[in-house]
Amino acid sequence: MSATDGSAGMPAPAPNDTSRRGPLAEVFFSLLRSGTFLTGLTIVVFWVACALFGEHFAPYDPLADDIINALAPPSAEHWFGTDQIGRDVFSRVIVGSRDILTVAPLATLLATIAGTALGLFTGYFRGIVDDIISRILEAFMAIPVVIVALLAIVALGTSKTTVIVVIGLSFAPIIARTVRAAVLAERELDYVAAAQLRHESALHTMFVEILPNVIPPILVETTVRLGYAIFAVATLSFMGFGIQPPSPDWGLSISSNYGMIGGGFWWTVLFDALAIASLVIGVNLAADGVHGAFND
Amino acid sequence: MTLFLLSIMVFLGGQVLPGNVGRAILGPFADQRAVDALNHSLGVDRPLLTQYGSWIWNFIQGDMGTSYIFRSPVAPFVIDALGNSMKLAAVAFVLVVPIGILGGVIAALNLNRPLDRIISLGGLSVTVLPEFVTGIILILIFGVWLRWLPISAAWPRDAGFFTQLYYLILPSLPLFLVLFGYIARMARSGMIEALDSDYTRTAVLKGLPWRTVIWRHVLRNALLPTITVIATQTGYLIGGLVVIETLFRYQGIGSLIFTAARGKDFPVLEAGILTIGIVYAVATLAADFLYSVLNPRIRLGTDQ
Repeated sequence: MSATDGSAGMPAPAPNDTSRRGPLAEVFFSLLRSGTFLTGLTIVVFWVACALFGEHFAPYDPLADDIINALAPPSAEHWFGTDQIGRDVFSRVIVGSRDILTVAPLATLLATIAGTALGLFTGYFRGIVDDIISRILEAFMAIPVVIVALLAIVALGTSKTTVIVVIGLSFAPIIARTVRAAVLAERELDYVAAAQLRHESALHTMFVEILPNVIPPILVETTVRLGYAIFAVATLSFMGFGIQPPSPDWGLSISSNYGMIGGGFWWTVLFDALAIASLVIGVNLAADGVHGAFND
Repeated sequence: MTLFLLSIMVFLGGQVLPGNVGRAILGPFADQRAVDALNHSLGVDRPLLTQYGSWIWNFIQGDMGTSYIFRSPVAPFVIDALGNSMKLAAVAFVLVVPIGILGGVIAALNLNRPLDRIISLGGLSVTVLPEFVTGIILILIFGVWLRWLPISAAWPRDAGFFTQLYYLILPSLPLFLVLFGYIARMARSGMIEALDSDYTRTAVLKGLPWRTVIWRHVLRNALLPTITVIATQTGYLIGGLVVIETLFRYQGIGSLIFTAARGKDFPVLEAGILTIGIVYAVATLAADFLYSVLNPRIRLGTDQ
């Protein structure tokens, strides 16, 4: 199993060995020992490799049509069959990881940056600013992402940037809530009081003193959010509000092919669905591992 | 608060978007005077604040405006669609609440044994999958390969209760799967906490039968947090409905909003989303109420 593979390569750490390692190294080594994390990581790395180098080992051009061979069932020539205009489904599934693996991480990054800043401000200043912002964020969080996205995308038009901004801003309040809770605990500690006595500016105290100490919860929340971002990007693409044709994106392929599902052309949608499923589960396994490593 | 924010967002969305409503309806070749006249009769040439005020006021009175596309009042569409969505959501809820709780309870009673692992890991895996992905896979299995269930939720005209139910099973399953993981996890952690508590130990030590301990002492305390979770999932469920109704071509509020967004039919879009917001607010309120009824600490606390 992957758990044993990961630890077999390293010398078994002596019990007193761990005390000499820094806290981050500690987390790193416990990650390498976590079977969940390694399984998830393997799946994610596989899809990232497909996104980066997919066209080099895909047997066909994912966009090349071949009408004569349209809707051919899986065979030795086309492993996953062909779609309604004869494009090779196997090649499309491989290259289809690219757009979702660009948009979802960027959206998560935006959410993390915006959420961290918001969380630091509300947690550090508290008082009326915190109250007002927190109420607005709570109200905002209650609205399903799909609805926000629908509105924003109808208003602003469909583009990858819109999707990134919509998902990023929808997830920012959730990260802000986590960061705020961590900051509330940190700001009572002596090193913050020391910084304030030295007359450091509020910005300096927040970003230089407090921020490094709240990195662990931010990291955990970010990995969890990445899973949800992939969920959201795939769903929006399926609805036709996300990634646009002719991209071989998985959600998009499903949305253009599922109409024929009653005709028995299962191969045009099944492999894309399984690809999304494996990526989402992979990211969540990895996130679970990160969560465990920081909390044990 | 959420409702207010949502109404402003929806309204601004509807305002920023269309640019010139009259032009959008009449097309690029229409006479400018005709466009102006239509804009005036639709009221979209008034100041924003006035428009917002009259829109909200009319909405409260049950007048949701007129669809740009169908040229008829929006309200009947929204009410029909809402009714259909409620049927679908009800089927999903009726299935998921008992089964989810049961799953969580069984997992907690078999803590760290294989059965617990299967339920927890299985629940987690199906919860993180997008609804349309589980939907497609379920359609393939039950609709295309086994041919047990219809792949579209559009039942024949005049279908009776059971026929409708039969058509709704497959669409409700993806919603069921997503919610199952959440509910089972909450029920499981609630159970673990209650099983670990002093009052459970007291009950066991005083010689009560295990069955009585579970039913009278553990379950009651364990399920309280689960109720809150079920309520917060309403908002989530609504997002899921948009996807599922599109996938299964079901005439619900989700597909209504989706079609309106595609066709830029703003009155329908605005009315649909605001209706969803109201449903969400009511559900949250109902959950708060239920929680306080079931939790003696809150119930007695407010009496003082």
